[in-house]
Amino acid sequence: MKYQVQENCLTIYLPREVDHHNAEDMRKNADTLIERNHIKFVIFDFEMTDFMDSSGIGVIMGRYRIVRLLGGEIWAVHANARIKKILTMSGMTKIMQIYEEDEV
Amino acid sequence: MKNTNEMEIIFDSFSSNEGFARVAVASFMTQLNPTVEEVSDVKTAVSEAVTNSVIHGYENEIHKVSIRCRIEGQQFTVEVRDSGVGIEDVEQAMTPLYTSKPELERSGMGFAFMEAFMDQVEVESELGKGTTVRMKKTIGKGRELWTTQSL
Repeated sequence: MKYQVQENCLTIYLPREVDHHNAEDMRKNADTLIERNHIKFVIFDFEMTDFMDSSGIGVIMGRYRIVRLLGGEIWAVHANARIKKILTMSGMTKIMQIYEEDEV
Repeated sequence: MKNTNEMEIIFDSFSSNEGFARVAVASFMTQLNPTVEEVSDVKTAVSEAVTNSVIHGYENEIHKVSIRCRIEGQQFTVEVRDSGVGIEDVEQAMTPLYTSKPELERSGMGFAFMEAFMDQVEVESELGKGTTVRMKKTIGKGRELWTTQSL
C-alpha cells in the first residue's frame, strides 16, 4: 500500500483487493499519518482496486469520523463502476465526494 | 435432468484465506458462464460471509471454515459454514449497520451486502455450535435481453 502526504491532504493508494485481511494495516497506517501530519483531507485512490467488500466501507467510515471533527473531507478518485456501486449502495456517496475525471 | 455439480472446500480461518475463498468460488462458478457483474456479486457475498466466520464465528481463533457450492441448472448455491460461537439473534445481526463489534470499526453492512448481491440469503445458527449462511443466485438472468440490445 502506498500513501502520499501533501500538506494537510493524505492520499491512500488502495490495493487491488480491499477486504478484512488488509483493512487492518490500512487503518493503522492511515491513522498514524493523519495524526502526525494534521491531515484534514483524505483521498482514497481506487486506481488499482477491482474488489472491495464492507470491510473497505468500515475503513472509509472510520477515517471520515476522524477528519470530520477537524472540518475535513474525504474523496474517492479513479473508482470503477463496481467500486462506485459499492460506495453508492453503502451510502458512502453521501459523506464523500466522488471525483470524476474528464475523459481525454 | 438439470445439470448439477458440487464442490466443497475446507480451510483454516486465517484472514489471508478470505481472498482464496472468494477466488475459488468465483472460479467454480465460471462454468455457468456468468457476467463479470455476477462474478463480482458472488465474490463480494462470499467475502462477507467468510469474514463474518473469521471475526465473529471464531473471534480470530484458527479453526475450519467450509464452503460448499452447488450448481443446479442456472441456480448457484453457496454455503459458508463455521463451527464457531453462533449468533444469538440472527435478525438483529442482519440489520444494516448493526455490528456486535463496534470497536473493530466494522461497517455493519456484511449481511446487507450479501442480501443485495444474492437473490436469497438464509442463516442458520445455534449458540456454541456455529453458523451456516446459505446464499442463492440465478446466473444468466436477463443475459438474452442484453445480447439483443447490443444488436
